[in-house]
Amino acid sequence: MKHIRLPLTDEIIQSLHAGDSVILSGQILTGRDCAHKRICELLNSKQPLPFDLVGKTIYYAGPCPAPANKACGSCGPTTSARMDSYTPQLLDLGLKGMIGKGERNDEVCKSIVKNHAVYFAAIGGAGALYGNAVKTSKLIAFPDLLSEAVYQFDIENFPCIVAIDAFGNNIYKK
Amino acid sequence: MRSVHSSVIENTVYRLIEKACLNLTPSCLHALKEATKQEDPKNASRFALDTVLQNATTAATEHMPVCQDTGYAVILAEIGQDVHIEGDQLSDAVNRGVRRAYEDFCLRKSICDPLTRINTTDNTPAALHTEIVAGNKIKLTFLPKGFGSENMSRLYMLTPANGKKGIVDAIVETVKLAGSKPCPPVICGVGIGGTFDTCAFLAKKALTRELGSFHPREDVAAIEKESLQKINSLGIGPQGFGGNVTALGVLCEIAPTHIAGLPVAINIQCHCMRCESEII
Repeated sequence: MKHIRLPLTDEIIQSLHAGDSVILSGQILTGRDCAHKRICELLNSKQPLPFDLVGKTIYYAGPCPAPANKACGSCGPTTSARMDSYTPQLLDLGLKGMIGKGERNDEVCKSIVKNHAVYFAAIGGAGALYGNAVKTSKLIAFPDLLSEAVYQFDIENFPCIVAIDAFGNNIYKK
Repeated sequence: MRSVHSSVIENTVYRLIEKACLNLTPSCLHALKEATKQEDPKNASRFALDTVLQNATTAATEHMPVCQDTGYAVILAEIGQDVHIEGDQLSDAVNRGVRRAYEDFCLRKSICDPLTRINTTDNTPAALHTEIVAGNKIKLTFLPKGFGSENMSRLYMLTPANGKKGIVDAIVETVKLAGSKPCPPVICGVGIGGTFDTCAFLAKKALTRELGSFHPREDVAAIEKESLQKINSLGIGPQGFGGNVTALGVLCEIAPTHIAGLPVAINIQCHCMRCESEII
């Protein structure tokens, strides 16, 4: 198990290989279907984003509401493939890491290599475990999207598998 | 004629939702434990199964939803024809139970307009299926249906010439096309026969049957067994990381169909099977 502290650096990305088990800690942003649509609409109409994506890691997730004693409710990954049509644009912008579940299309795989980025697979269905790994949560954009809004999480001991590395190796295409 | 007040239905729905969303069904938990024995401890697929089992314990002890996708609230109501429901309309009572439970138990509200994508904010309306049956009882079953797996479901209008082989091929093809996306190991609910619409409902209803059970009709059970064996030869494995367990079970339900057709619906369920029933 390799422990990684976010944000990702080129050096860290260089050291990751598909199939590696990793434990992530540090800061991530959440974003799923509706947030991706909004982000790309803003980019396409040349408007500023309400947050910076350069060097960041995005987690495809929409959490359950947080109970009184926790920073976050259950929060496992959602199916990444639904974000595929938006992803190359975000990687070109400087996004470095993605956390989700399941395979990506060829365009995303190529864009990961081109932009020296990495795609992590979290374990789908492990929502309680991942929710507990969220230590602080802050709403940072699109509050009207409720669970689909963009949150900034501080995570600790968040287990993942490197699914697609910067060299193009892919755990789903073994 | 027995009378049941709508508030009893509302409160039953409320209780079922809490219990279902916080726990895997015992048969699913058992199947996942068995699955770990078939995956190499050194592989990511085994790590995935171990994580899922650890998560089930965390959810139960910390009173958290097992999965953040607490689903479309699917409710099957089998209503005895000798029952009179007093008070509010049945759908209002059910939706009130859904609304209260999703708020009180910190469950995610995932229902939205299909075009504007604006959230209804309380996870209503429920997908309420009613069946009028004999007797004076009401059986309520709650199935929170996640959409990562629902999205991978398919319906085939096969021809009679396709036969049993066509059915098995359709089931296996559906799982193959879904690949890593629906959180394998999956469970396949399969409807065979009926019409375009009743076939899809049968597939959903099949998911409420106990995992590990087989259909009482031998030829149907044979389809379940053959499909499962072929699916587990695909090599997709837990979370799509490769491995021996791609499905935990195939559950088929059957109904008479038209002489010209052979509808087959495959409703994919992720490994996070949550389902609760109660008889009023």
